[in-house]
Amino acid sequence: MPEQSSASPPALRRLTAVAGPLVWLVLVFCIFWGVDEYCARQQDRQGRFANAHSLRLMVHNASPVGVAALGMTIVIISGGIDLSAAAAIALSATVAAWCFRAEYAPVVGVSAALLTGLLTGVVNGAMVSWLRVVPFIITLGTMTIFRGVGREIAEGTPIRAFGKLPEWLLMLERPVPDPHWLLVSPGVWLMLILALLVAAMLHLTVFGRHVYAIGSNEATARLCGIDLNRTRIAVYSLAGLFVGIAGLYNLTTLSEGDPNSLPGRELDIIAAVVIGGGSLNGGRGSVLGTLSGALLMQVIRHGCRAVGVPTAYEQIIIGVIVIVAVTLDQIRQRRLDR
Amino acid sequence: MPALLEMHDIRKSFGATTALDGVSLMVDAGEVMALIGENGAGKSTLMKILSGAESADAGRMTINGRPYAPHGPNDALTAGVAMIYQELNLAPDLSVEDNIMLGQEMGKFGLLKRGEQRRRVAEVLDRLGHPELEPKTLVSQLSIGAQQLAEIARALVMQARVIVFDEPTSSLTQHDVARLFEVIRSLCDDGIGIVYISHFLEEVREVAKQYTVLRDGESVGTGLLDDVSEQELVRLMVNRDVDEMFPSVPHEPGDVLLHINGLSGRHAPDDVSLELRRGEILGITGLVGAGRTELLRCLFALDDVKAGKVTIGTLSPAAAPKARIRAGLGLVSEDRKGEGLAQTRSIADNLTYSRLTPYSRGGWLRLGERRTQVEHWMERLHVKARSPEQSIVELSGGNQQKVALARVMHQDAEVLLLDEPTRGIDIGTKAEIYRLIGELAASGKAVIFVSSYFTELLSVCDRVAVMSRGRLQDVRGASEWTEETILSTAIGTDA
Repeated sequence: MPEQSSASPPALRRLTAVAGPLVWLVLVFCIFWGVDEYCARQQDRQGRFANAHSLRLMVHNASPVGVAALGMTIVIISGGIDLSAAAAIALSATVAAWCFRAEYAPVVGVSAALLTGLLTGVVNGAMVSWLRVVPFIITLGTMTIFRGVGREIAEGTPIRAFGKLPEWLLMLERPVPDPHWLLVSPGVWLMLILALLVAAMLHLTVFGRHVYAIGSNEATARLCGIDLNRTRIAVYSLAGLFVGIAGLYNLTTLSEGDPNSLPGRELDIIAAVVIGGGSLNGGRGSVLGTLSGALLMQVIRHGCRAVGVPTAYEQIIIGVIVIVAVTLDQIRQRRLDR
Repeated sequence: MPALLEMHDIRKSFGATTALDGVSLMVDAGEVMALIGENGAGKSTLMKILSGAESADAGRMTINGRPYAPHGPNDALTAGVAMIYQELNLAPDLSVEDNIMLGQEMGKFGLLKRGEQRRRVAEVLDRLGHPELEPKTLVSQLSIGAQQLAEIARALVMQARVIVFDEPTSSLTQHDVARLFEVIRSLCDDGIGIVYISHFLEEVREVAKQYTVLRDGESVGTGLLDDVSEQELVRLMVNRDVDEMFPSVPHEPGDVLLHINGLSGRHAPDDVSLELRRGEILGITGLVGAGRTELLRCLFALDDVKAGKVTIGTLSPAAAPKARIRAGLGLVSEDRKGEGLAQTRSIADNLTYSRLTPYSRGGWLRLGERRTQVEHWMERLHVKARSPEQSIVELSGGNQQKVALARVMHQDAEVLLLDEPTRGIDIGTKAEIYRLIGELAASGKAVIFVSSYFTELLSVCDRVAVMSRGRLQDVRGASEWTEETILSTAIGTDA
């Protein structure tokens, strides 16, 4: 029996798997660039899309979703999903805003956001593990619960924290870095540092192996003595921590804690992971892909605005990209499984 | 005159694995053709191509001289090819009648013509010689044997001209087997061609006249069963001498290592007690559903344990796979794809999942060190792959199984629970696995070897236990069993 496959070597294959979303990003970017330049020349003006400020704004606007999507990446690799992410972000922002409004020390406010995020993750993870109900249903439930808890804390109206947030925290919201040599905003830097940490965690730690193991084949993980419940609770808790950080982005952007903010944004977060090659069946997903996915959506938004495409079409394009990207990826995957 | 069914030079590969490498098969009308071969010889792939579930890479098929190239199971049924699988394909919550007519419902304007259907069902059951099968009974209330009849009746309603039986007796009682053989004979009298797949050679002689032997994806012999001895058939199937196939590695049983006392699971096993010594290979067999796999799963705490005690050396570990692994148990699953291996992950990951601690420093993996170790194990078990980072899907069945075995060896298990370790792999790898099992015993490990293939158990094991309906029926030294006595113990008396 011949043992060797005639297909491309694994290194190349892995490269295409990882670089796939990046290729998408570059492709879509170039299309908008071309169209924008063409329009600009027609109307005898400067291009609006590919200048330094616009680029900086794109990555900056991608960072809040990017940070939450990093946590979502871990959840999706482990075979789960978190529909409550946006609600939990809003809740974290609300709790933090409450602390800032009450004029506690800034550290307290920041910790409150992180702890709230972490707590939402622990709740999700514990329920998924112990109740043995699929994460889709659990997080569908907690999504509503977190919104309700947030409204109870806010007593109906958003909690204003304007003028009470410390200067160092407000840096998250500034699209232009100060000092200038930082190139991109502090919010983007924070996202990149977190991305590096998550990538290292996924690839270089025992925990990372366990996450991939339970996502690609839960039965195998169990057979190998991996503690499914413990791993899962850790996964959701970690994702919760990222939700908490995303809550700080939300708070600084709005200058208030609004429990009803970011409606439906969990789908953007999930879309970023999925465009980035994450599989809802678990076992697949990458940090680089997720960041590319988050950025891709911003590129489309900015691109559409630059060339004057109405918002309605912007949404249609994003929807089409999600479907096309995932379909192509599955075709590739099926070929690999043959 | 062309035969009823002709398959010529069929070829098929799946990625790295060549499953069929030029197979031919002829079936005449009114004849039973026995298709024999080891696990992994290509029988099921060939039948998948015949039934349209897979398409061949090359080769041609004809039915009654007319070209036949099904594009799916429906095409095959329309052309008159029906399959009766080992795992029956019935909807348990529907009645016998509804199952028989499923997909063939007679009706007008979307309404069923119940009366007409009932006549048709009665007619078919009558033709099978079993008019007593009540069409209104729910299938879930029937015995396996009666369910099989319903499935055959369905094939008749679809006007099948070729019916394939894939190991049809593996979960039947003796009485049901006799009844099935009668039905098959009556089908032949009606001019239907039968392909009968089995690895029980005795049984094959009883029902079939002709045979075709497959080995490693090739048809290596065909003829009349009356003209061939059992030895010749076995030789055709394995293409080597018995000594070469089952290399003997001398090993001595030592102290008792594993005590199982009254172990019961939810359905099976039922009150099983056993002892296993270091350096001993214990075979466990039985029919499908006898509880062999469940016994191993209870031992490993993968299934719920209802009662009983498991002691390994001096340890009585908690009922969790992790605790069992720590106490020295290692399990190789019968279901490589669904459970045994994470197919999309690498060899290195799959090999080390059950014991990552040696490479962990404060939770961080030392990947270089792990790679060296994995390479060592791949070399030791002759795993053919490009690198430890290659993913499992790309490997052949035999190499996948070696990775699964390497995992329990890497985890340094004292008691190895091997569930059908030679299923779906080529003969060369089988011989290697037999040798490996012998070497493990020689190094003082204890091995439980579950298989439904009696020959390998009798050749490899020191003792063989036979299970039936969840209970341990009998344990004897391998030399005190014959294939016949195993089979009759496994079937048990008709309850």
